[in-house]
Amino acid sequence: MAHPWMANATPEAKAAMLAAIGAPDIESLFAQIPAEHRFRGRLDLPPALASEVALKRHMLDLLKKNRDCEQDLSFLGAGIWQHHVPAIVDEVVGRTEFLTSVWGTPMSDHGRNQAWFEFCSMMGELVGLEFVGLPVYSWGCAIGNAVRMAARLNGRREVLVPAGMDPERLDVLRQYCEPEGSHGHIAVVPVAFEQASGMLDMADLKAKLSARTAAVYIENPGFLGVIEARGAEIGKLAHAAGAEFIVGVDPISLGVLAPPGDYGADICVGTIQTLGAHMSAGGGAGGFIASRDEERYAREYPTLNISIAPTDKPGEHGFALSLAHQSSYGMREEGKDWTGNSVYLTTIGCAAYMALLGPQGFREVGEVIVQRSHHAAHVLGGIKGLRIAFPCGYFKEFVVNFDGTGKTVGQVNDALRAKGIFGGRDLSADFPALGQSALYAVTEMHTANDIARLAAALQEIVA
Amino acid sequence: MSDVTPREYHQARWNEPVVMELGAPGRRGITFAAPEAAVQAVGPAADLLPPAMRRKVPPVLPEMTEHDTLRHYVRLSQQVLGMVGISLFGTCTMKYNPRVSEALGLRPQMAELHPLQHPSTLQGLLEIVWNFEQILKALSGMDRFTFQAAGGADAAYTHVCVTRGWLEATGQLGQRDEIVTSIQAHPCNPATAAAGGFKVITLPLEEGGYPSVEALKAAIGPRTAALMINNPDDMGIYNPHMKEWVRLVKEAGALAFYDHANFNGVMGKIRARDLGFDACMFMLHKTFGGPKGGGGPATGAYGCTEELARFLPKPMVNKTASGFTLDLPEKSVGKVREFMGNLHIVMRAYAWARGMGAEGINEASDISVLANNYMEKGLLAIRGVSKSHPTIDGPRMEMTRYSLGTLKEETGIGVGEVANRMTDYGVDAPWLAHEPWLFPEPFTPEAGELWSKEDIDTWVAVVRKVCEEAYANPDVVKSAPHNAAIAKVNGEGCEDPARWATTWRAYLRKHRGQAQQQAAE
Repeated sequence: MAHPWMANATPEAKAAMLAAIGAPDIESLFAQIPAEHRFRGRLDLPPALASEVALKRHMLDLLKKNRDCEQDLSFLGAGIWQHHVPAIVDEVVGRTEFLTSVWGTPMSDHGRNQAWFEFCSMMGELVGLEFVGLPVYSWGCAIGNAVRMAARLNGRREVLVPAGMDPERLDVLRQYCEPEGSHGHIAVVPVAFEQASGMLDMADLKAKLSARTAAVYIENPGFLGVIEARGAEIGKLAHAAGAEFIVGVDPISLGVLAPPGDYGADICVGTIQTLGAHMSAGGGAGGFIASRDEERYAREYPTLNISIAPTDKPGEHGFALSLAHQSSYGMREEGKDWTGNSVYLTTIGCAAYMALLGPQGFREVGEVIVQRSHHAAHVLGGIKGLRIAFPCGYFKEFVVNFDGTGKTVGQVNDALRAKGIFGGRDLSADFPALGQSALYAVTEMHTANDIARLAAALQEIVA
Repeated sequence: MSDVTPREYHQARWNEPVVMELGAPGRRGITFAAPEAAVQAVGPAADLLPPAMRRKVPPVLPEMTEHDTLRHYVRLSQQVLGMVGISLFGTCTMKYNPRVSEALGLRPQMAELHPLQHPSTLQGLLEIVWNFEQILKALSGMDRFTFQAAGGADAAYTHVCVTRGWLEATGQLGQRDEIVTSIQAHPCNPATAAAGGFKVITLPLEEGGYPSVEALKAAIGPRTAALMINNPDDMGIYNPHMKEWVRLVKEAGALAFYDHANFNGVMGKIRARDLGFDACMFMLHKTFGGPKGGGGPATGAYGCTEELARFLPKPMVNKTASGFTLDLPEKSVGKVREFMGNLHIVMRAYAWARGMGAEGINEASDISVLANNYMEKGLLAIRGVSKSHPTIDGPRMEMTRYSLGTLKEETGIGVGEVANRMTDYGVDAPWLAHEPWLFPEPFTPEAGELWSKEDIDTWVAVVRKVCEEAYANPDVVKSAPHNAAIAKVNGEGCEDPARWATTWRAYLRKHRGQAQQQAAE
């Protein structure tokens, strides 16, 4: 039986092609491979499920062993967040033309290139910067690229980061900064945060800023949920020390939070997952890099970049690669870091998301999130034994401390899970100074009833 | 070859404005209702944010209805040719992406999973990952695989990181600081090696179409950390000395990494471990049926021996008596990207591999090589077309590199112009070649197991037609495309800081004044 995914699996097609080549059989076409290289054993694979009926059943049998954040009530965030994915976003990224698009010419792929340019344009509006590259793998990878850009720009080998930074993103950054003993090592130096506010400790920042500092990196909101209110001041200090100022953002906050370009960011990075990408167990991750449209920055981008450009028809525009030669495709090991397949389909979904929301949608979703997260924090803070670690100035995530309950976060989360609730990310191993604390994420998805359900469950668990 | 007449084709031409020009004040695409009264009791959102950090001026985004937004992006999609036509895009192995997997990907049991859920709630997904790892182990002979790398280049980077971890653990970091590759290896190999702190040594091709054993011997020594190499290369040439290469590299005390981007022609035929390699990588978004998506989300599956497995990125999926667990390898190099990778692509790859089975996978490599050699017959019969290393006889693997150098000499028409004109007949432009171009005016089609004999005949007929036009009527080729959504793009301003614009606001600042001026004149 000819396989449905292989047009030339019919004996007729094979015979006709062999006849045209003049080869006796298919095996003879592998003559280049020496016999001693060939694998002659039997491939030990599970039996084929060539019928879609059987394959779908098998896959569903497996997938249904999962519990998910639609069926259960989830307060997990910490790098991937549960936001609403508008129906048309699924429709757009599911379009076969986008889904299977390849790498044609600027003309044959015009529509896709335009969608990419639109992504960059709308992201530029959100962050208040004019140069935006095509996205990279993730927020953490974007930080890594941005820090390396800074180090190339000023030749320095140290980056200051918040001590409250996401351990996941920090691990990725450290990778990009190369280990000690490696030629290109960039030291990653944590700057303490204030125990009361969660914001950067300015005295520690000043003490650590030096002529070695390539860049100062902050996040808004930070990993622990807190908004860094002194962004402008930190930027000025970084610039006074001759360092680049890099700001990481969650762009869904930028309808209500100030664009980093307004408070001095030289380079802005962040996630794109919150702009209409499903979580997909982390598969929704994606990161962006933006900066002022200045040549010194533009010439350090490792990303593919799309520029609007005229066509041979007066008044018409198309979209073509910009600064492609400086990428690894153009210059191999002399290029800026490296690039390759990234998250370019997600990018199109994000473009549709940003266009759909518009300025009012971004303001509204930001306001709703802020109100819902604060409501949740107030409710949880009212439970005996629970304490909100940084009680004001946060966006959608906040730290709940359980020290007063005598229970560990692990115990609390196990009990919540038994009630169909995924509690916040356990911080106790990564941030021992915060005691038994968890990071709770609340978005536009969480209703007052959801919070009441969580509160009731927690009351019972910690009682 | 069958005699096929290229079909007449015209792409949709919507003259679709940039989204920033669409919409009207006050229109909405989606609304978010005001929260319940209990929630509103916290007070206005603005009062809950630090004053210095409140946004003062709204972002200048379009204000569109849901329908208008949908139509805009559907129109843009209609202006993308790709696999809707025939795309024989070499090195990328365009194959069918089963839509059953796309439908599964939207199920909440996949789409609405959080990566930090307790492993007990992710058992189905972890079982898929573990099952798929067993399949790749069988295909490669390796002991462990990680799926954290978000693309093939990222898997090459993973190898660089693992190499560093291994060097550190063996006290050789800083001493072994060179990585050897070939000029025909994908640019991601030298680029990730350099980004990881290594000096890159690139071997040139010699007469056989690959670097010689002698050149390799001269390049390796006590400073060599690793070899990063593909085989066959993008010209369809298989280096028959690869076993000897790997032996020499390991004798020199270095690691050997197999970039298996071009796996499609050798699936089931060779195994990286059998050739002695310490590590390899597969592209799940190409070879294993995940969609290209214009460039990701993707997965580079990185596999290695037990000896190197302790350095792999964290976490790894293990099977225990009480279910699947997420564990930290003993000397993990940390992370190359957040969380566990694009596991929704791994899910698709697993579904593809199960749909194919061992026989199907073997048959796919058979057909890939058969189809390429069939296509070669047709293409080499065209005036103006030649292949790389024309003196090397015998069948190529799943790809052949061609050159339009003769056509260029005789007509002045180069491969870029031919590619543009091909799209006028509803077949997308082929892959040309990575830089540097070792042969003039290169192009590299790959038929794989997907495209039918009729598709290949059509594709070849289009190349023939365009080459004939180049001789008879070069202007029609030079000014192509004629049937696309837009006329030929003039990209020269894209390298000029005064003219490039990667965002609409940069465009307005740099060009709008000029456009208004032109309109006034």
